[in-house]
Amino acid sequence: MQDFLNYLNSNLTPGQAGAYIWVVIYILIIFAAVSVAVIAMNWLERKILAHMQVRLGPMRVGPHGLLQPFADALKLLLKEDIIPANADKLVFWMAPLVVVITAFTTYIVIPFGPTHAVTDMNIGILFMLGVASLGTLGIIMAGWASNSHYPLLGSLRSSAQMVSYEVAMGMAVVSAVLMTSLSGAGVYGIGPGGGDAIGTLSMIEIVRAQMNQHVWFIFKFFPLGLAAFGIFAIAMVAETNRAPFDLPEAESELTAGFHTEYSGFRWSLFFLAEYAAMIAVSSIAVTLWLGGWMRPFPHWLGGTAWDTAFSLFPALTFFFLAGLTLRTTVRMPKTSYFKIQKTGLGVFGLLLGGIGLVLLVPLVRDRIQDIYWFTIKVAGFMYLYIWYRGTFPRYRFDQLMSLGWKFMIPTGVGVLIATALVGVL
Amino acid sequence: MPVQELTPVATPYFFYGLSAVAVLSAIGVIMRRNPVHSAISLIFTLLSLAGLYLMLYAPFVAGVQIILYVGGIVVLFLFVIMLINIERMEREYQFNKQWLVGLLAATVLGVLFVAVYVKGQAIFPQHAVRFPEQLNTQQVGKMLYVDYLLPFEIASLLLLVAIVGAVVMAKKRI
Repeated sequence: MQDFLNYLNSNLTPGQAGAYIWVVIYILIIFAAVSVAVIAMNWLERKILAHMQVRLGPMRVGPHGLLQPFADALKLLLKEDIIPANADKLVFWMAPLVVVITAFTTYIVIPFGPTHAVTDMNIGILFMLGVASLGTLGIIMAGWASNSHYPLLGSLRSSAQMVSYEVAMGMAVVSAVLMTSLSGAGVYGIGPGGGDAIGTLSMIEIVRAQMNQHVWFIFKFFPLGLAAFGIFAIAMVAETNRAPFDLPEAESELTAGFHTEYSGFRWSLFFLAEYAAMIAVSSIAVTLWLGGWMRPFPHWLGGTAWDTAFSLFPALTFFFLAGLTLRTTVRMPKTSYFKIQKTGLGVFGLLLGGIGLVLLVPLVRDRIQDIYWFTIKVAGFMYLYIWYRGTFPRYRFDQLMSLGWKFMIPTGVGVLIATALVGVL
Repeated sequence: MPVQELTPVATPYFFYGLSAVAVLSAIGVIMRRNPVHSAISLIFTLLSLAGLYLMLYAPFVAGVQIILYVGGIVVLFLFVIMLINIERMEREYQFNKQWLVGLLAATVLGVLFVAVYVKGQAIFPQHAVRFPEQLNTQQVGKMLYVDYLLPFEIASLLLLVAIVGAVVMAKKRI
């Protein structure tokens, strides 16, 4: 019990400290948080897409459709689970599991804070990319096992796409990893930097390197870091099969692509895995280029006063959300039909405000703010995903391939070489 | 960052478990009639090998094993297999005619392994060697790019030749 509480004072991740109970607790928290994030993302995506297209989006289930994801989840659980007659049963059964397990396994090394990761590995980023690439297998298995043409074509497209874009992604990642070994502060790596010149693949150490070099890697060796980040940002959309690269599930051509034959719970596993993978690749981008858990301007606006000011942000965010919710509650129509909705929304707003109040407590505030900054950066990427989907038309397959092989990979190699050259000079 | 030593937990159980998975799925690779099932068994073999590398304190090799073999090569295997007419494959006679030669080769290889194990005790470390896990990747990098730079570059040139050869073979007119 004493060891259990002692861990809270340590500055290691539970995996490194060998605190196995905390490992389990962290895994459960991450699992729950990602599931909640997927639910929230489901609602937000519909709402934001609807507003982009001047529609209202879900409005019926709960106030402003807030309960729509839960209604959907219930529907999916109650749906009949169909396995096509000539499907390969074992592989059909395995495919969604592979996709979900690989999507969630990557979260082991994501650093939500200096101590807020399940564990820190020597090969952190390599592990993430490797496990994420296993997700392709699940998609291929799903497409093949369905014994149907649309899924097969969808999974062929998906595997070709993912294998092609993994190369460009790897190039971008390597150039960021290279930057960890090029110490020296500031945008051009000139001047005294903290830290040693040993490169690293560990996710936590990559963020530490950005801290020591006083620069986010997106700004380092401007515009090289930005170019590498751009390549990664494009490749990660293609990796997760999202619009405008959602050819594997292009509904106008392939009905639903690789998961056409899946229904009910199995389909919802694919859905969960897709969003979990989106969050995971966004966290790679945040860790490598956007300073991970660091708050904006940790050095320029340093000092206790600024630290305190920035640590109020989580609470302020929740107060803002609570304010929005309560404003909507007040503005609801004053008929008796809306009584239940109004009470529900009011309670939800008060709950958000309560969370904000808890986040004001100094003890909680200090432990939560790194998670907050990491989450807010990832949330930015999630919004970008929705924005892409709302604005870009879908690519044709040959365009996708020529973009990947003729533009992204050469640019990636060029950026890598240029980074190495600038770093040595 | 303090250089930590890995403290192994329940080593023999993990070793036997991973080895059992590796061997059983390797048997699955050659026993299944359906090539997709074989490829999936191969994935399990390769993953448990990655686990064994981890137990040998070689996390970098384990990661590369997963990325290259499972994420790359087996995906390409499956990619090709999916385009084959599998129903015909299942009816066709498998290449079992060489079982005598295969048995002979397997026996010789097995005898060789046993002989090395019995006679060559000296080449195996007597005690478990502890490596600091923290710097494994960096050491691999140093080995490849400092100590053995020339062989490494020659190997990469060889791969380049192979790529160019494959393109030439696949494309009649360039």
